[in-house]
Amino acid sequence: MGEVKLMKGNEVLAEAAIRCGCDGYFGYPITPQSEVMETLMAREPWNETGMVVLQAESEVAAINMVYGAAATGKKVMTSSSSPGISLMSEGISYIAGAELPCLLVNVQRGGPGLGTIQPSQADYFQTVKGGGHGDYKLIVLAPSSVQEMNDFVDLGFELAFKYRNPAMILADGAIGQMMEKVELADSKPRWTKEEVVEKNGSWATTGKPATRKKNIVTSLEMDSGRMEQNNLRFQDKYRKMEENEVRYEAFQCDDAEFILVAFGTCSRVCQKTVEMARAKGLKVGLLRPITLYPFPNKIIKELARKALGFLSIEMSAGQMVEDIKLAVYEAGSNARVDYFGRMGGIIPTPTEVVEALEKIFSWELSYGVKRSY
Amino acid sequence: MTEEMIIAGFGGQGVLSMGKILAYSGIMEDKEVTWFPSYGPEMRGGTANVTVIVSDTRISSPILQEFDTAIILNQQSMDKFEEHVKPGGTLLYDPNGITHPPTRTDINIFKVEATRTAVEMGNPKVFNMIVFGSYLKVRPILSLDNVEKGLQKSLPDRYHNLIPLNLQAIQKGQEIVEDVQLV
Amino acid sequence: MEIQEIIKPENLVYQKTPLLNDDVMHYCPGCSHGVVHKLLAELIEEMDLQEKTIGVAPVGCSVFAYNYIDIDWQEAAHGRAPAVATGIARINPDNFVFTYQGDGDLASIGTAEIMHACNRGENILVIFINNGIYGMTGGQMAPTTLEGMVTSTTPNGRNVDLNGYPMKITNLIAQLPGTSYVTRQSVHTAAAVRKCKRSIKKAIQNVLDKKGTSFVEVVSTCNSGWKMTPVDSNKWMEENMIPYYPLGDMKDTIKGEHSDR
Repeated sequence: MGEVKLMKGNEVLAEAAIRCGCDGYFGYPITPQSEVMETLMAREPWNETGMVVLQAESEVAAINMVYGAAATGKKVMTSSSSPGISLMSEGISYIAGAELPCLLVNVQRGGPGLGTIQPSQADYFQTVKGGGHGDYKLIVLAPSSVQEMNDFVDLGFELAFKYRNPAMILADGAIGQMMEKVELADSKPRWTKEEVVEKNGSWATTGKPATRKKNIVTSLEMDSGRMEQNNLRFQDKYRKMEENEVRYEAFQCDDAEFILVAFGTCSRVCQKTVEMARAKGLKVGLLRPITLYPFPNKIIKELARKALGFLSIEMSAGQMVEDIKLAVYEAGSNARVDYFGRMGGIIPTPTEVVEALEKIFSWELSYGVKRSY
Repeated sequence: MTEEMIIAGFGGQGVLSMGKILAYSGIMEDKEVTWFPSYGPEMRGGTANVTVIVSDTRISSPILQEFDTAIILNQQSMDKFEEHVKPGGTLLYDPNGITHPPTRTDINIFKVEATRTAVEMGNPKVFNMIVFGSYLKVRPILSLDNVEKGLQKSLPDRYHNLIPLNLQAIQKGQEIVEDVQLV
Repeated sequence: MEIQEIIKPENLVYQKTPLLNDDVMHYCPGCSHGVVHKLLAELIEEMDLQEKTIGVAPVGCSVFAYNYIDIDWQEAAHGRAPAVATGIARINPDNFVFTYQGDGDLASIGTAEIMHACNRGENILVIFINNGIYGMTGGQMAPTTLEGMVTSTTPNGRNVDLNGYPMKITNLIAQLPGTSYVTRQSVHTAAAVRKCKRSIKKAIQNVLDKKGTSFVEVVSTCNSGWKMTPVDSNKWMEENMIPYYPLGDMKDTIKGEHSDR
């Protein structure tokens, strides 16, 4: 068993990065995630593992430093919060277009604009549907506990290198600021220069030896035919992710007539909601997507065969609910899909969610069958 | 066992650090813990509160509408959280600065003269540990051994010389807590 | 003499460095880019840096620089080359990293990145091609476009009341304590080419010696954008550009130390 500590989600990100052999972090301060860089700077990992930590002049610069460092085949990351991620979006598109692995973290706050520093999940669309320009996808992991903030750093890097694609941890201010018991991973050494060349020398800017052709890291291709081929290759890669990397947790879904769907902080709220609803005799379960992209469509389709309704619980105006509707539609099910959520930095309480469930599904609760329209 | 509690008062009263010591003590007792603060500008001098959950099993929501226990250290927090104590739950407060004491009869109410006692002990900083002691007396969910270990874990090494003083304050809090009978 | 006679190896008087490959350059005839590419490639070969060098290409005419010099390259977003180079140089301090940027890239959209990379004293070389115009996008105004100069977005000449003043960004860069060697050169005569090569060589050596950021501006021509013949462009540059952007070293020191000029 690894070292057990009480830590904030943001602090754990920093600690996990050092322990998993991360080579570099480039960032810019923004609430509510500034503790990530603060923790790194206080830990001075350059003395311990050789990890580089640099405060950039802006999020724009930070993501481009990540772009440069990631091109060398090493493990690099950045973290920010919603407005900062918007600024980074151009660079993220370049990184995806140049097929570079790296780890990004968004500890979301409420928007739009400067918005609020309180937690939110309103960057779901931005994260899973693109954000920057062009047809690209991020591998998106949604932690719901401080422990998962730890675990997903290593997992994020693993998936990023497996697919040569940026991975993002989509957290929110609540998980970033929350302290929980966490079991830290044992430290892994950083890759040696030789290991980097062996693993990634076929594409990375490791310096051109006489034995290979030059490596060019770029997203640019002026020939439309070849650019289309690039896009088709990306799409193949995304289909592979969809086949192999879906992760979710189903909680009391087996006999459930109503399925709450929630990720991150909202999934924690909904776990309590399930307990409260079950105590009232309602057959409620919780599906918690862990990967938001690839999205767990398959399990939703399976559940849609018998469930009367799905309720997406979000700290947004209802974004993930669209993906649930798509899956239910594809399943040919007439289960009803609805949404309840709060915005502006407010987290729905378990009591509110129970009330919303009873109100929205009052017909189904009364008659035990799907309402037809 | 699951204890869901809120600790609320002014910034600077040691609300967050009391919660942290409580959470660390819980870890020492092999329990799951969650510490969820209100964060933002109000941290700097305004009201501060933290939700602490200690449980034998995986912890669900850090966002709660009802608490097993509320520790209330100023009037604003009393106004906000008295009604959110579960029926049969516990409310512990320091009467210093409280102009409208709690009135509910369906909960267990305790008070501790922690501000005054801390001044009497000559160190206002032990205020939060006096309150913590009172809490441990009325809700004995953690052993004192593990609280001592929790203190060691959560205080930086340079403050370890203060652990005996903190333990003394916890002891004092256990002695002076009063059961408030509302009839 | 027959051609076969002339091209015998023993008669060779000049040879292109093997680092410069045989791809046909997309630059217009008369453009300064080709000369500066050649100088860079020659120096990387002469200083035996091929395995250590990572080039960062910009957005602008030199976006395809990576096609011509046989080293590992990365293509940056518009203006962000200094941040990209920072990432590479920080994570692999043993590499020799350079950016190659035009005036729009460096002095307009990328001002924040160039200022801060230079201010941090990143151990990188910056090659700054200043031809006073946006070549790639078809001849629009650049931050360095001279007052009164006609471009497609200043069809009646640059009006400083409307567009502000031509920016001497290299002078600003020289003020930053992170920079080590800051110079302004040109490549419009054989003598200027030789001098420019010496400057770039010194700049590369500074980077290898970790003295801080070295910055070489090359005042250049864009005969297509300027709508002149290459010869006229060189003349126009001498008469108009160089008086406003005078050639010479502005700073030669080690980062953190005061400039001796």
